[in-house]
Amino acid sequence: MTAAASPEPGPGLDSQDRITEEIESIARDYVAGTESQPRLDYPPYRSSLLRHPTKAPEPVDPEGVELVAPVFGELDLDASEADLTLQHDREPIGERMILTGRVVDGDGRPVRRQLVEIWQANAAGRYIHERDQHPAPLDPGFTGMGRCLTDEEGRYRFTTIRPGPYPWRNHRNAWRPAHIHFSLFGTEFTQRMVTQMYFPGDPLFPLDPIFRSVVDPAARARLIAAYDHDLTTPEWATGYRWDIVLTGPHRTLIEAGDR
Amino acid sequence: MSPVPTAGQTVGPFFGYALPFPHDSELVVPGSAGAITLSGVVRDGRGEPVPDAILELWQPDADGNVVRREGSLRRANAPAVFTGFGRASTDADGHYCFTTVVPGASFFSVTVFARGLLNRLFTRAYLPEAADAFLEQLEPARRSTLVTARDETGLVFDIHLQGERETVFLTYPRLEP
Ligand SMILES: [Fe+3]
Repeated sequence: MTAAASPEPGPGLDSQDRITEEIESIARDYVAGTESQPRLDYPPYRSSLLRHPTKAPEPVDPEGVELVAPVFGELDLDASEADLTLQHDREPIGERMILTGRVVDGDGRPVRRQLVEIWQANAAGRYIHERDQHPAPLDPGFTGMGRCLTDEEGRYRFTTIRPGPYPWRNHRNAWRPAHIHFSLFGTEFTQRMVTQMYFPGDPLFPLDPIFRSVVDPAARARLIAAYDHDLTTPEWATGYRWDIVLTGPHRTLIEAGDR
Repeated sequence: MSPVPTAGQTVGPFFGYALPFPHDSELVVPGSAGAITLSGVVRDGRGEPVPDAILELWQPDADGNVVRREGSLRRANAPAVFTGFGRASTDADGHYCFTTVVPGASFFSVTVFARGLLNRLFTRAYLPEAADAFLEQLEPARRSTLVTARDETGLVFDIHLQGERETVFLTYPRLEP
């Protein structure tokens, strides 16, 4: 790399090497199989430093509304919202893709008729969000937001374009692996979750503190969609499959305890 | 064998064009009978406001019934129907505000998402006079972080992600570490 292509670190910005060193040091200390969720306290993700609780969460038995989830249905959205390539009078640029999978609960049962929301950057790695200052083009054919309801088997399905990786300012030369943000509801509010789906083989995986905040390698692997050639449509779109498992539920636990 | 729950990830900085929806924070029409505000400020470990958080509110109606009604996302198109669910984004001062009714129960259920927060947080905003076994067993300083205060338009519930007045966040039996 030339000096011109690789300017000195900006003030306050650490190098990728420094971040990677922190990431790997945390990974070395991790006892395999003990965690499945991201660490809230994960210093390589600098924005988490002042935004993670320092006290352990208080255990409580869910009650009342916590044992139920908000209901969404046909009143809430149009079927067309599941196709992110048809939201404008022109088509977006990029690799058209089908994305589908199942949402199940912690007992493996399908989460039926429930809301799935996604949002993502365009093929150039740019969000339509006003705060995104990445000097990559906006795509007049693409907003990057979709919604659908799961079917009776818990399946969701979107048509979209594959997002590009994008830079951010966690550290110097920080780049997020390409990802799609997912928001999910279960049958109980305690199952609420927001996550990110990644694409197989992304070279940015080892370098990204958000992906690596899930310190368990198997748990990270579960965030990566699988390319599915049976889903790929001839002359039209590539296919990716990604299944999601929510926590809980508790109601079966409580009912079992009552017996 | 039970499948392992998928890991959460931060909501990031760019949810603002995706998760909010028209009238998302208005569970009832402002100014309608029984309408109150549930508002507050989200702060970080230095006490600085968090301008890029989004909260979700989920609550029973004024009679304590958990409603099972769709239509939250299309409140603008329909006559006001109480669904019990809403979202409120924080503004540049970390301030959020819901318009809702006092639930016929002891607490509102609240989830917190923010840039810099790697997974969602669950908490409860208890009514000022609420008491239950869970609140009782918390030390008073911790307990107070879960209890709303009154102001001229309704209830106030500040959220501290970290620090001396750190809000009590919750974990339930089947949430994974
Ligand atoms: Fe993103």
